[in-house]
Amino acid sequence: MAKKTAKRKAAKKKAAKKKPARKKSAAKKAAAGRKSAGSKSAKSKAALGSRDDLLHYLAQMCRIRFFEEKVFELLAQDLIKGASHVYAGEEAVAVGACAGINHDDYITSTHRGHGHCLAKGGQLRPMMAELCGKETGYCRGRGGSMHIADVAEFNLGATGIVGSNIPVATGAALAQKMQGTGRIVVCFFGDGASNNAAFPESLNVASVWKLPVVYLCENNLYGMSVSVERASATKDIADKAKGYNVPSEIVDGQMVLTVRDAVRAAAERARAGEGPQLIEAKTYRYYGHSRSDPRKYRTKEEEAYWRGRDPIKLFEQVLLENGIATQKELERIEEQCQAEVDDAADFAVNSPDPDPATLLEGIYA
Amino acid sequence: MATRTLTYGKAICEAMREEMLRDESVFLMGEDVGIYGGAYHASEGLWEEFGDERVRDTPISELAIVGVANGAAMTGMRPIAEIMYIDFSTLASDQIINISAKNRFMFGGKTKVPIVIRTEGGTGRGIAGHHSQSLEALYVHIPGLYTVMPSTPYDAKGLLKSAIRNDNPVMFIEHKALYGTKGEVPEEDYVIPLGVGEVKREGTDVTIVAYSKMVLHALEAADELQGEGISCEVIDPRTLKPLDMELVARSVAKTNRAAVVSEACKTNGFGGELAASIGEECFDDLDAPVLRICGLDTPIPMSPVLESYAVPGTARIVADVKSHFFGR
Repeated sequence: MAKKTAKRKAAKKKAAKKKPARKKSAAKKAAAGRKSAGSKSAKSKAALGSRDDLLHYLAQMCRIRFFEEKVFELLAQDLIKGASHVYAGEEAVAVGACAGINHDDYITSTHRGHGHCLAKGGQLRPMMAELCGKETGYCRGRGGSMHIADVAEFNLGATGIVGSNIPVATGAALAQKMQGTGRIVVCFFGDGASNNAAFPESLNVASVWKLPVVYLCENNLYGMSVSVERASATKDIADKAKGYNVPSEIVDGQMVLTVRDAVRAAAERARAGEGPQLIEAKTYRYYGHSRSDPRKYRTKEEEAYWRGRDPIKLFEQVLLENGIATQKELERIEEQCQAEVDDAADFAVNSPDPDPATLLEGIYA
Repeated sequence: MATRTLTYGKAICEAMREEMLRDESVFLMGEDVGIYGGAYHASEGLWEEFGDERVRDTPISELAIVGVANGAAMTGMRPIAEIMYIDFSTLASDQIINISAKNRFMFGGKTKVPIVIRTEGGTGRGIAGHHSQSLEALYVHIPGLYTVMPSTPYDAKGLLKSAIRNDNPVMFIEHKALYGTKGEVPEEDYVIPLGVGEVKREGTDVTIVAYSKMVLHALEAADELQGEGISCEVIDPRTLKPLDMELVARSVAKTNRAAVVSEACKTNGFGGELAASIGEECFDDLDAPVLRICGLDTPIPMSPVLESYAVPGTARIVADVKSHFFGR
């Protein structure tokens, strides 16, 4: 502890030297006048969370980012075939959300679900193997990128039909209420899905039956190529919840701790019997809808703006400013995560294909 | 074994009640299933006994009815989701076809969706195009889904209990004109396994494969044809998928003539599936092409005269069997 305190003090002293001297505590010196994201005084620093947790969030976001970049690589090499809707840019939403709930709370995912799966505790090897269609994948190669699931670990799966897991999440919440488990469900869905029939029907019945579900909208500003402006009657998805008496809020989806805290609070309200909640996280996907998308519908300026709000960089800044980690430690975490992803890719590519003779297994119980 | 006379609707109600008493994870949800007791009274008394928790009146939200049931089924419950008319099932079909039927397979066999989707179809009440269809073909076509269509109170009760206990998603398609029909149902508990058909009437000259309400017409037709010296064997598969093809094949081996009777439109209907299977598996036993006696390719009209003309009935079965197989 003494070593950390000394390091922290040194970092703050150095930063404080650049500013006019003030009669404040060292911690406040560091916090004052800085245009950083989320830096706090020593008191509220504890509210950030434990160092272990915070570094875990970073590692999770790095894993997701490197996983998605690796997926693109493998796609280009034709080692992954088929769909891959990449989550890069949105890491803070999945990681923040899963950080705000319990291990045995359920999630449902979307076609852009690698981030959800990883954040919920999914392992890199079976995930990559699933994308490669291998027997060692989470779904024995039957589901692939868009249908990854680990129901035993409370991940009710991804889906290729936009919006189709919104009712499923709602039903899982009904089951928790009926069985008195105390669990809640986080339902990930996108801005596009909010215009699908599944959305109003689910919010309505969840509201009427007061179901413990947190609907978490990842508004990345576009469905496939059609912007929210061109597709949605309301600019903010959260506004739609009003029609179903569902409390809602809008959060900055690029800030992992903001997402965590909002989801945690919403989850507790749902758990306490207050009924469904909706959180809209404003975010952005760095890649196109899928690999075959040249992104004609977005401007370079807009993309540059959001690259400047990279959730991983933003969080690293928070960690540095609050003395949670050093630059070296951050780099080590990144290296470690990259190595894990590389290992997963190796494992996946060298895994056996499923045996066609087993194709008809697992259709029926 | 002691039996009593029950209606088809009451038999279905008993099945649900007994399964709900037996297993607290079983519950019913759907439009007007609670206070109203079901559009065709098939859940009468259940809400009074089990309350709002386990007999849930839903909003008019077919997609959510099945979707919510899917989520509940994947997390420990055994829901019976009612879709009031199979004509409305199209609204729920994304959840039925893409989630109920596929999640187990897509997730590598590592989940199950033990949902029973109870619905009803068919003609007979003059309520026309949106309330009278026979849409089983849409669902039998989908891998991962079981489809059951009972014709009698005895079959309905035994099959529904099996469907509820089965870990697969089951489309349980009742017939609106059968709810009032009566039959003998045992006092004691019993189940009928899915995938097992029944010889409803033994015969030697023609195999008639029929299901749902068409079974009753086939039996009436068999009576008439007997009077003309034609002995019909009536096979009721009861479960359309998984189909008891063995039972059908055994019968065709005996009679050498096969007819299939289906209320649904002829083109691309389940009658065609049956006919193709019989043609493939029983070719050497057949003395004539398989005869399809099916609904005309038309939406169901309202006027009773038109409605009964649009679908097979006893008279058409008699006439078609006589002319197709015996040139009479």
